[in-house]
Amino acid sequence: MLLQVIFSGILVGFVYSLVAVGLTLIWGVMDVINFAHGDFLTISMYTVFWLYTLLKLDPLVSLPVATGLVFLLSFLTYKLIIKRVINAPGLTALLATFGLSLFIRNLAQYLWTPNYRFIPTSLVADKKLELAGVIIGMPQLVAAVGSIIMTVAVFYFLKYTKTGRAIQATSLDRDTAKLMGVNTEKIYALTFGISGACVGVAGALLATFFPIYPESGALYSLLAFVIVALGGFGNIAGALYGGVLIGLSEALGGYFLGTQFKYAVVFLIYLLVLQFKPKGLFGW
Amino acid sequence: MQEPMLDVQNVTMKFGSLVANENVSFLVKKGEIVSLIGPNGAGKTTLFNCITGFYKPYAGRVFFKGKDITGLPTHRITAMGLTRTFQIVKPLKEMTVKENVLTGAFLRMPTKKEAEKVAEEVLEMTGLYGKKDYLAGSLTIADKKRLEIARVLATKPEMIMLDEAMAGLNQTEIKEAMELCLNLRDRGITLLIVEHIMEAIMPISDRVVVLNAGKKIAEGSPEEVTNNEEVIKAYLGERYHAKGKKS
Amino acid sequence: MDVKKLKFDALVYIFAVIFILPFLSSNANFHHVMIIFLIYAGLGEAWNIITGFGGQTSFGHAAFFGIGAYSSTILFYKFGVSPWLGMLVGIIISTVISAIVSYPCFRLKGHYFAIATLAVAEIIKQIFISWDYVEGATGISIPIVEESLAAMQFHSSKMPYFLIAFGLFIITVLTARYIENSRMGYYLKAIRESHEAAEALGINTTRYKLYAMMVSAALSATFGTLYAQYILYIDPFMVFTMEVSMKIVLLSVLGGLGNIYGPLIGAAILIPLSEYTRVYLGGTGKGVDLIIFGALIILVACFEPNGILGLLKKGVGKRRGLYARTDA
Repeated sequence: MLLQVIFSGILVGFVYSLVAVGLTLIWGVMDVINFAHGDFLTISMYTVFWLYTLLKLDPLVSLPVATGLVFLLSFLTYKLIIKRVINAPGLTALLATFGLSLFIRNLAQYLWTPNYRFIPTSLVADKKLELAGVIIGMPQLVAAVGSIIMTVAVFYFLKYTKTGRAIQATSLDRDTAKLMGVNTEKIYALTFGISGACVGVAGALLATFFPIYPESGALYSLLAFVIVALGGFGNIAGALYGGVLIGLSEALGGYFLGTQFKYAVVFLIYLLVLQFKPKGLFGW
Repeated sequence: MQEPMLDVQNVTMKFGSLVANENVSFLVKKGEIVSLIGPNGAGKTTLFNCITGFYKPYAGRVFFKGKDITGLPTHRITAMGLTRTFQIVKPLKEMTVKENVLTGAFLRMPTKKEAEKVAEEVLEMTGLYGKKDYLAGSLTIADKKRLEIARVLATKPEMIMLDEAMAGLNQTEIKEAMELCLNLRDRGITLLIVEHIMEAIMPISDRVVVLNAGKKIAEGSPEEVTNNEEVIKAYLGERYHAKGKKS
Repeated sequence: MDVKKLKFDALVYIFAVIFILPFLSSNANFHHVMIIFLIYAGLGEAWNIITGFGGQTSFGHAAFFGIGAYSSTILFYKFGVSPWLGMLVGIIISTVISAIVSYPCFRLKGHYFAIATLAVAEIIKQIFISWDYVEGATGISIPIVEESLAAMQFHSSKMPYFLIAFGLFIITVLTARYIENSRMGYYLKAIRESHEAAEALGINTTRYKLYAMMVSAALSATFGTLYAQYILYIDPFMVFTMEVSMKIVLLSVLGGLGNIYGPLIGAAILIPLSEYTRVYLGGTGKGVDLIIFGALIILVACFEPNGILGLLKKGVGKRRGLYARTDA
């Protein structure tokens, strides 16, 4: 039973990681806290849901569509909103993204009601895998694997492509990057887009086993904040490990203390870790 | 027989495997102006940070007025009468010049009235009075450096450590800064100065300590140090003669 | 000195206007908006002490608001203790809790601190949700008794609530103002501008941040008690929610940070806006009010990033010439 708990904790942890990777990218590159991050996830889930309901498309088939859409929306968010507040003092950018979050969440509620929606049938629905007494739901497994693939893809993109390196350079030092001929404007918009793509993928994967409602992304963004801080702001690897750690502590906390305390355990872990590592697990 | 003010004993500081200070010892006596010089990366600012509590030294001890201050929090060291300025100036940007100085003055004068009196005196003395209502962030670099000094002066220190208070100033401003240093000494304040501009500090220093690659390589009067073989080799040979070129 | 005096006069006028407004109309809705406005303006002022002056961003002030609400409510609900006494207990608990949780958090800087406050508030919320003694997620309906000042319950008019809110608000503003002009205010601002410079000036940065947080928490708690008595029902999702924390942040940022006028201006714009859109558009239960509210926040952030106060200052600054800001 304990093994089961540990396993499912790790699986969901990888999804958390992916969401956090998206958040930490923006945070690291342009020092903006995107409060609407989770709401982009919600958009992805609804996209998948409607494609399923209206066109009978399987969530895994419509994943690229949802990802593309959220990428585009994030890109536009940068161009229309973030661009104007990125150099503003203090907490202004936060104000803007919070407004955006309110806007998206309530627009979803207006258009599609607060009701929970489900996608009852899909390629992975109701399938299970049994391994040495541990039962793993196929949707969870696929979500974890998909998240890992996307996380690794982002990681390699940043590390080995020219654009990726430009993003990293901008993250280290905006002004110097500019001097070196990096078009920071383009980089920012792209970073926002990639961040959106991360939750686009995560949202589509989650939609196979998670209820879809206007606030379904909210929980993920809250956890993502904690994960990002835990891993160190802007640290991709940190977000990956942080996500797994949080998934695990949530599952174990729920198992030992009761599900009502699982998030309390998560936040407690955060506070404890930062006592020893004030700049996150991988900060110094 | 002057009494010792600051006594640095065998201070070593490491960052991981990088040794920034190795076994550095020296003494500053009451009423002296001592300069700490050395090429870039010699470990001067690190040593400052070790003395003033920003870092806890890896090994060694620091005594101020005979009391062990090693690893004490910075604010307690300041309260004991030893304070510092920063190489990279840290003006309290969104506060006015007067408010900056007032903040320092509150250390000894808890009421605003008394603190204001101290602040006005200090502003007068450092020549910032005319700019007291400017936002600190809007000052020129010379005035920001001056403000650094004014602010710590308001804490009524017995000893001030100046970290490159003259870098980036023009000739006139350097002259004024030198006069200010002498003026401070005449008021009984002991000074430890980190500086690159030799022609500015050699004339005013009583003694000079030379650091190179984290180690103390010489100590003595300005004349002694400038004639020291090792110092010339390490550092002065190229610098001291490059007079006037300093930007 | 003259400028200071002028500012003080302005404050007196502002108080006077706020005080007179509800007497000009007998519209209960308007009175409601005024009460909520004062509660949030007060919360913003309290928050401003630690975040605006001290530069330590708190995303968790709902915790103190909630503790204030629950302290008085539990005492009244279980033991019939007057909410005024409950308010006092709330102040004490809130102050103690704030000291205990902030002390370790103050080792963290910048965003790490902000997220920590958010984490703390969420933990406290979870505790209340799962705590049977305080009725957990069900919440508590405050037993309705005959209206009296001692019971802090009024049923025939909202005016007494307004007067209490006004009193608490004035206490909060004057406290913030007193701090701003005292040694503590200067110290907090120094900490905000540069931690290291503050330490070098002999400021015990941890201690002053702690003081600021405690005062801020104590003041926030009083509004929690009032809110509970006004609504006569509380549950953890209402008072401990991140929405409350964020609303406080929003209105202060909107008004302008680090100045006692900021939260006041921010609340004066944000609260009527949100309450009236809710009244006129929220009835459908579809969230139209919040769609508009969200859009407006985005617009303000995009076009007046320095807050409303920044806008006003720009005008004044130009005339005075002194405050011409250079970034060099």
